[in-house]
Amino acid sequence: MLAKELKKIAVYAIFLAILLVPMLGFPTPQFQPNRPLIVLGILVGLLVLNLVVKFVRKDKEGAAAGPGLVELVSRRLGRYPKWLTLGGLVLLAALFPLAANNYMIDVGITCLIYVCLGMGLNIVVGLCGLLDLGFIAFYAVGAYTYSLLNLTFGLNFWACLPIGIALGMTVGCIIGYPTLKMRGDYLAIVTMGFGEIIRIVLNNWTELTSGPNGLFGQAPPPGINVSLGGDDGFGIALGQLTTLPSMYYLILFLAIITIVGVSRLNDSRIGRAWIAIREDETAAELSGVPTTWIKLLAYALGAAFASVAGGFFAAKLSYTNPNFFLFMESCIVLCIVVLGGVGSIPGIIVAAIVLIAVPEVFRELENYRMLAFGAIMTIMMIIKPEGLIPAARRRRELHEAELSAQEED
Amino acid sequence: MDNTAFILQQCINAIFLGSIYALIALGYTMVYGIIELINFAHGELFTAGAFIGVIVLTALQSAGFVESHFVLSLIITFGLAMAYVAVLGVSVEHVAYKPLRNSSRLSALLSALGMSIFLSNGMMLAQGVSDRAYPDVFGISGLEFLGARITYGQIFILLLAFALMVALQLFVQKTKLGKAMRATAQNKPMSRMLGINVDRTIRTTFIIGPGLGAAAGVMVGLQYGAVRFDMGFIFMIKAFAAAILGGIGSIPGAMLGGLIIGGVEVMWAAFLPSAWKDVTTFTILILVLYFKPSGLLGTNVSEAKV
Repeated sequence: MLAKELKKIAVYAIFLAILLVPMLGFPTPQFQPNRPLIVLGILVGLLVLNLVVKFVRKDKEGAAAGPGLVELVSRRLGRYPKWLTLGGLVLLAALFPLAANNYMIDVGITCLIYVCLGMGLNIVVGLCGLLDLGFIAFYAVGAYTYSLLNLTFGLNFWACLPIGIALGMTVGCIIGYPTLKMRGDYLAIVTMGFGEIIRIVLNNWTELTSGPNGLFGQAPPPGINVSLGGDDGFGIALGQLTTLPSMYYLILFLAIITIVGVSRLNDSRIGRAWIAIREDETAAELSGVPTTWIKLLAYALGAAFASVAGGFFAAKLSYTNPNFFLFMESCIVLCIVVLGGVGSIPGIIVAAIVLIAVPEVFRELENYRMLAFGAIMTIMMIIKPEGLIPAARRRRELHEAELSAQEED
Repeated sequence: MDNTAFILQQCINAIFLGSIYALIALGYTMVYGIIELINFAHGELFTAGAFIGVIVLTALQSAGFVESHFVLSLIITFGLAMAYVAVLGVSVEHVAYKPLRNSSRLSALLSALGMSIFLSNGMMLAQGVSDRAYPDVFGISGLEFLGARITYGQIFILLLAFALMVALQLFVQKTKLGKAMRATAQNKPMSRMLGINVDRTIRTTFIIGPGLGAAAGVMVGLQYGAVRFDMGFIFMIKAFAAAILGGIGSIPGAMLGGLIIGGVEVMWAAFLPSAWKDVTTFTILILVLYFKPSGLLGTNVSEAKV
């Protein structure tokens, strides 16, 4: 059995090597001899991993599938009261800047921005089942709304926030409306097209957005400024948020609001309607779900959360330009949702931290980040389509057969 | 250059670009027709073809083979690129699509997207982020009429594209394997019952589609003189728009759609601000999907399939 699998791996590896040699082994002006080998190594590694997972799963087929590591952790946490677990996690996140240096706080901020984006996309893809490949456009809308309003009218962050949300929702509806009739694959391409249109408009409408040069000089948001040592010493004061820890607390606040909002939506009537649409739109419509409005609402709310994250991003950086909003960014957010588990809120938080922080820590792997993201997406879909921490409902849907078999035993 | 010459020149450019879009669109249409999945990796397969083309052609040129056997070296370049990408296409199908044939469409789409990101970044790591120059084997000599000119390279590429499309049409309509493909596209369980090897038929589709895409990649390289790891993305969207416009699943539709998209793009760039030309493609795509999702020549797709 094992020998057979090993032979299979060897055949695959040789096949891959043959396949990749002409592509990678040829001297190019940029040729670095280690690169092709690394790529080849990653590929073979992934294949071996894939086969090992297959092997392990085959072992499990007879017995009941044992819980994974992530599941064990979440089960363990589940023993304590819910408020204690959640409060502990929030406290941990709040205390993080005390123990971290500026670089780590910066990475933390990026992670939290992606948590917000992942939550927004989770509504559209995870709950409603509409594959949106232009999600980053709403992030761009938020960033540019804040930048333009702040630079032309001097409005502050909090005043721009509702305007940004309203604009994000409007754009969401504009993109959502023509695509309501479509399903699945067509929708993916059209949203991808819309995402690119928004980027092209930002790039070419130079009078408004100053094109590829971007906009800079946005004021930081006013609020409670926190400084934790360094030149500023310790202190809390009202004023513009100039220090990194205070930016961190602001995005933590926004992320918590987003998470609470999305989880409340998930449990609400609207959330159930979204899931009904994801499972079977025709059946949902026949059961009295107003599919048109509910789908538009998914787009609008997803866009609103992304827009908030975008506004924060522009305020934090004091700069924005169209190249922050490439198609690849949409893919990263999508990868977070997929890895975490489509529709699963804790999964997305974990995935955002893993996918954003890990490549930051291993800086030299930066170039291989997107390669790994692509591979993760495909492999997750094949071996574990419900994600790292599956949403309870989703797990039941995907493993209905296994679960019912277990019950019969 | 006077007005007629200018318009004539733009028409030549439009037909040229259109046939390249058509070749790529054929790959989409065939794959979609048979497994109802957008092959997101198709744009990357096209780029891979262009890269193999530049590698082979550069090697042949530095060996002096291009001067001595011009036509043969072109045949070798196109042949190797198409063969390599066909193998790559079948592997992608085997790794990423086959295990998901019976799962939800969202899973299959995400898997295809993952494959696309993976291949595109693999090529970036292997070939670098900057443009790679194609050897200029055709030169600039060409025919001139009414003030417009068409180079010999363009004539060659047009003829080759046309020949490939005719060959494909003949293959699908006349051969047994082509018949099996049409049957599989219509009804998979029934075809299986009638003794058609469905897996093999799907594999054949993944040989032909990416093969044509690779040919288009080499053509783009030869004509525009450079390849880049991410050029597949924009070509993919254009070709997809062409496939939708013509009616997805329809082979003549993909050819017609390619020509229309190429024409609109070239004319827009010629007479209107060219920075916005990509917006027109997306707009056409969205309008077609909204008003006539079955496309110009497509059979009526039922609501459930759209």
